[in-house]
Amino acid sequence: MAEFQNYTMNFGPQHPAAHGVLRLVLEMNGEVIQDADPHIGLLHRGTEKLAENKPYNHSIGYMDRLDYVSMMCNEHSYVLAIEKLLGVRPPIRAQYIRVMFDEITRILNHLLWLATHGLDIGAMALFLFCFREREDLVDCYEAVSGTRMHATYYRPGGVYRDLPDRMPRHQNAGNRSDKDIKRLNEDRQGSLLDFLEAFTNRFPGHVDEYETLLTDNRIWKQRTVNIGVVSPERAKQLGFTGPMLRGSGVEWDLRKKQPYEVYANLDFDIPVGVNGDCYDRYLVRIEEMRQSNNIIKQCITWLRDNPGPVMLDDHKFTPPSRVEMKDDMESLIHHFKLFTEGYCIPAGEAYAAVEHPKGEFGIYMVSDGANKPYRVKIRSPGFAHISAMKEMVVGHMLADVVAVIGTVDIVFGDIDR
Amino acid sequence: MAGWFETTFPFAVNLWGMLPPLLQELIIILLQVLPLVIVVILCVAFLTYFERKVIGYMHVRIGPNRVGPKGLGQPFADVIKLLIKEIIIPANSNKFLFLIAPILALVPALATWAVIPVFPGFAIADINAGLLYVLALTSLGVYGIILAGWATNSKYALLGAMRSAAQIVAYEIAMGFALVGVLMAGGSLNLGDIVEAQSGGVTSWFWLPLFPLFLVYFISGVAETNRAPFDVAEGESEIVAGFHVEYSGAAFAMFFLGEYANIILIAALTTVMFVGGWHSAFSGPAFSFMDDTVLAFLREPGLFWLALKMSFFLYLFLWFRATFPRYRYDQIMRLGWKVFIPITIIWIAVEGVMVYAKIGPWSA
Repeated sequence: MAEFQNYTMNFGPQHPAAHGVLRLVLEMNGEVIQDADPHIGLLHRGTEKLAENKPYNHSIGYMDRLDYVSMMCNEHSYVLAIEKLLGVRPPIRAQYIRVMFDEITRILNHLLWLATHGLDIGAMALFLFCFREREDLVDCYEAVSGTRMHATYYRPGGVYRDLPDRMPRHQNAGNRSDKDIKRLNEDRQGSLLDFLEAFTNRFPGHVDEYETLLTDNRIWKQRTVNIGVVSPERAKQLGFTGPMLRGSGVEWDLRKKQPYEVYANLDFDIPVGVNGDCYDRYLVRIEEMRQSNNIIKQCITWLRDNPGPVMLDDHKFTPPSRVEMKDDMESLIHHFKLFTEGYCIPAGEAYAAVEHPKGEFGIYMVSDGANKPYRVKIRSPGFAHISAMKEMVVGHMLADVVAVIGTVDIVFGDIDR
Repeated sequence: MAGWFETTFPFAVNLWGMLPPLLQELIIILLQVLPLVIVVILCVAFLTYFERKVIGYMHVRIGPNRVGPKGLGQPFADVIKLLIKEIIIPANSNKFLFLIAPILALVPALATWAVIPVFPGFAIADINAGLLYVLALTSLGVYGIILAGWATNSKYALLGAMRSAAQIVAYEIAMGFALVGVLMAGGSLNLGDIVEAQSGGVTSWFWLPLFPLFLVYFISGVAETNRAPFDVAEGESEIVAGFHVEYSGAAFAMFFLGEYANIILIAALTTVMFVGGWHSAFSGPAFSFMDDTVLAFLREPGLFWLALKMSFFLYLFLWFRATFPRYRYDQIMRLGWKVFIPITIIWIAVEGVMVYAKIGPWSA
């Protein structure tokens, strides 16, 4: 009698649905997955070790490069850890700006997730729809920090600078018609806040558009309902956080349960799922986009009415302004010290976590009193989620692996660090 | 005209007369085949352009616009690129099958055109068993895919081939049953006769009495050509490119050509069998008021109508691709076996009763 064997297939790291560099060794019986073994580490850059060798502020930029689709949230956690060790809190306006950009980041992340999740399951149109909206949000990143992705905008003690009064406008470089330029600049006549407000007004309509394509689509439902089910108990055991946990029906959100910055002053809801399958997680994330949109709106209103400083005035760790330096010796010395050796943090340890778009993103920082951290440990949500990959895909078919990878919202920057 | 030719080029006429009759016939057939094949291939070229434009606009982007005016040169640029690329043959593949598979995928798609009635009274091969010929050739195309997947000796390609094989078996049956309905309605296996039987306006085409079969046939056609949402054999995000994962250059171009030729073919067959082929939509007595107006030309049957109806179905193919997510392989099987086949069987029974009781447009 012929002997039947399972089929071992190497899924990735060069695979259109590997979301970067996931290597999944699949053992399959026909198309049914018997075993899945995720191999990670192909994007390891030694962020934690690098951070030990440079002054505190130099590593903020490395945090952007962890989860490279939710940049400012990574920074936020790192900056919070430093502030915890220093025992300071940023000015209230800076806190609102941070919250606003955290939520912009959440929308950015969820849009990219929706785009790739859709593309993985074959809904091509969604990909480009989502990128259309992302474009406006990365423009906001650019307006405040000068870069579209790796912002390095949050600093210990506040944010790098206040929101610009003038939203940068498109100029005709010869490749567009004047009519096009005019349309693109329509919302850019005022400040960044005006531009964002226009965005928040139209964004719910765009989310409706995505939902028209997917939510009641029979094929989409067939592909996601009851795929990758995780029970609430199991989700907690596996260390799930964020939409993965909420999709299973556990109401846990650091923004509500352990409010940081000004989240306690803001009004928003935590969407939770029921069945813990891909479809519920999809619904949770879609609703989170709407909630984030509301939070941004509230922040815009507050920021309009409350001008003020965005950086602490303590020049032991925040740089003095250029103007002050011109005729103030002390400021010059502060500047020199900060930009040569940085600042020292009293010995101690701290853990600061934020509700990152993907879950709980935490930085555990140990200081020995020097100008560099003694140790930085990054708690990335994706790492716990990908560990559950096997559990979620065994018994499903090959096509479902792709759906599960999509629903986990993997980005290798923060898993491999 | 002919007399002018005979007097000007008497030697040509003599030469023609000297040829054996079998060769004469062959040359005439070749002269008919060549334009048709060229037209089909040109259609393929511009279908890819059309596809990229249509999907582009549906995706809020522009699509190709660099090569030539409005990007119209894009298909030719693509062809040239594909032809000058190297064909890489994997070391452990079966080289003979690897190279013959793309040909097997392309040839049936072109050969089926022989029986399509292109305009009134013309098909290259006006054979009696046209419908059977169509069934036979459209199901041959799958061999190209299966052989490609197997000969490549790659796991991804093999999965693609297995999926394709299972899918085509399932949908071939539904398609066959749908054609049985057409056969009963048209009373002939000859495609020309089937078109004739649908004469007289939109309402007398078969899509109305055979509506379930029409839907099943067209959707099966989408599945048969491995197009979205049934493109699991390629399954870009799952098995990378499925059966043609290792193909490059001209060999890949053959698969590409085959796929698009098949799409055009399915559009043509749907048109011929369900929406009246080259018949005008306004040809029935209901539209006789148009006779004396400027719109009278719209009542003429012809190639124009075939092309128009085909374009509509081709557009549907692109629309599906732009909007739908992809089915999972077992869901496609379920749809084929548990939905389409029962529908066709039931409707054939209903149609049988209708034919027997002489209700319906074919009762005459």
